[in-house]
Amino acid sequence: MPAQLTGFLAGLLFGLGLAVSQMINPNKVIGFLNVAGDWDPSLALVLFAAVSVNFIGFRWTKRRTRPLFADVFHLPTRADLDSRLIAGAAVFGVGWGLGGYCPGPALAALSIGSWEPVIFVGAMLIGSLLARLYEKNTLPAKEATPARGNG
Amino acid sequence: MEHFTPYSSLAGGALIGLAATLLWLMNGRVAGISGIVNGVFARAAGDTAWRVWFLAGLLAGGAIYVAFTGLPFQLRSDFPMPLLILAGFLVGFGTRLGSGCTSGHGVCGIARLSRRSLVATAVFLTTAMLTVFLITRNFVEL
Repeated sequence: MPAQLTGFLAGLLFGLGLAVSQMINPNKVIGFLNVAGDWDPSLALVLFAAVSVNFIGFRWTKRRTRPLFADVFHLPTRADLDSRLIAGAAVFGVGWGLGGYCPGPALAALSIGSWEPVIFVGAMLIGSLLARLYEKNTLPAKEATPARGNG
Repeated sequence: MEHFTPYSSLAGGALIGLAATLLWLMNGRVAGISGIVNGVFARAAGDTAWRVWFLAGLLAGGAIYVAFTGLPFQLRSDFPMPLLILAGFLVGFGTRLGSGCTSGHGVCGIARLSRRSLVATAVFLTTAMLTVFLITRNFVEL
């Protein structure tokens, strides 16, 4: 199945990128977030390079009507700013600053010989599950977010 | 700025951007990690396999790099377990509620100039920096 192979290759490159840039090191990430202290701007360059390459890549594929190994481009279509987007991002940021892990690096670091990412990912899955239950119980069905968002 | 690593940061970032472009061109999917993970548990028909393979690749990428070069940093060993669990919980809850994380909103959303992603990225960068500020200044006792 080509879609599974390309999925694996994309994941592999992504994981290598996170390791090469040392984003799998939570102290490095916290060093970037520590703007008022001994600031390490490295992560800004990681984001800059990733966005630049992806920006060019995204433009480059724009004329295509469909991807190579799937039927359609699954482009997020929402453009409105709602309170859940803001609140969710705010809560995520607190967790990111506290632990120094966001989802990608935590997963890429699962098998490098530390228990931290294992525990973190377990807690992350529980948090995600509870957010889903919260959404189900507090929002009218038509407003409920699809399970897959941007990131 | 003694820890600044410009070249490996740019190289690693370029790899991440390349990975996101590949996933978009080949699979038509946004490389947002939290979204890919959450979709595994949504179990929509025909939509699980590529996610599992992507995540397997993500794990392999980190493991292979460390296997070949050795760990380029010292593992953190003194971080309090309850805080680690709290951090993971907040990241899981927040990324689901806010439909994205550093990769989905930050890398992919900004690259396609999405207003939602630009705002989300500004918000999570701000609260993350504030959190670190409060902790390092001992406003919050850990």
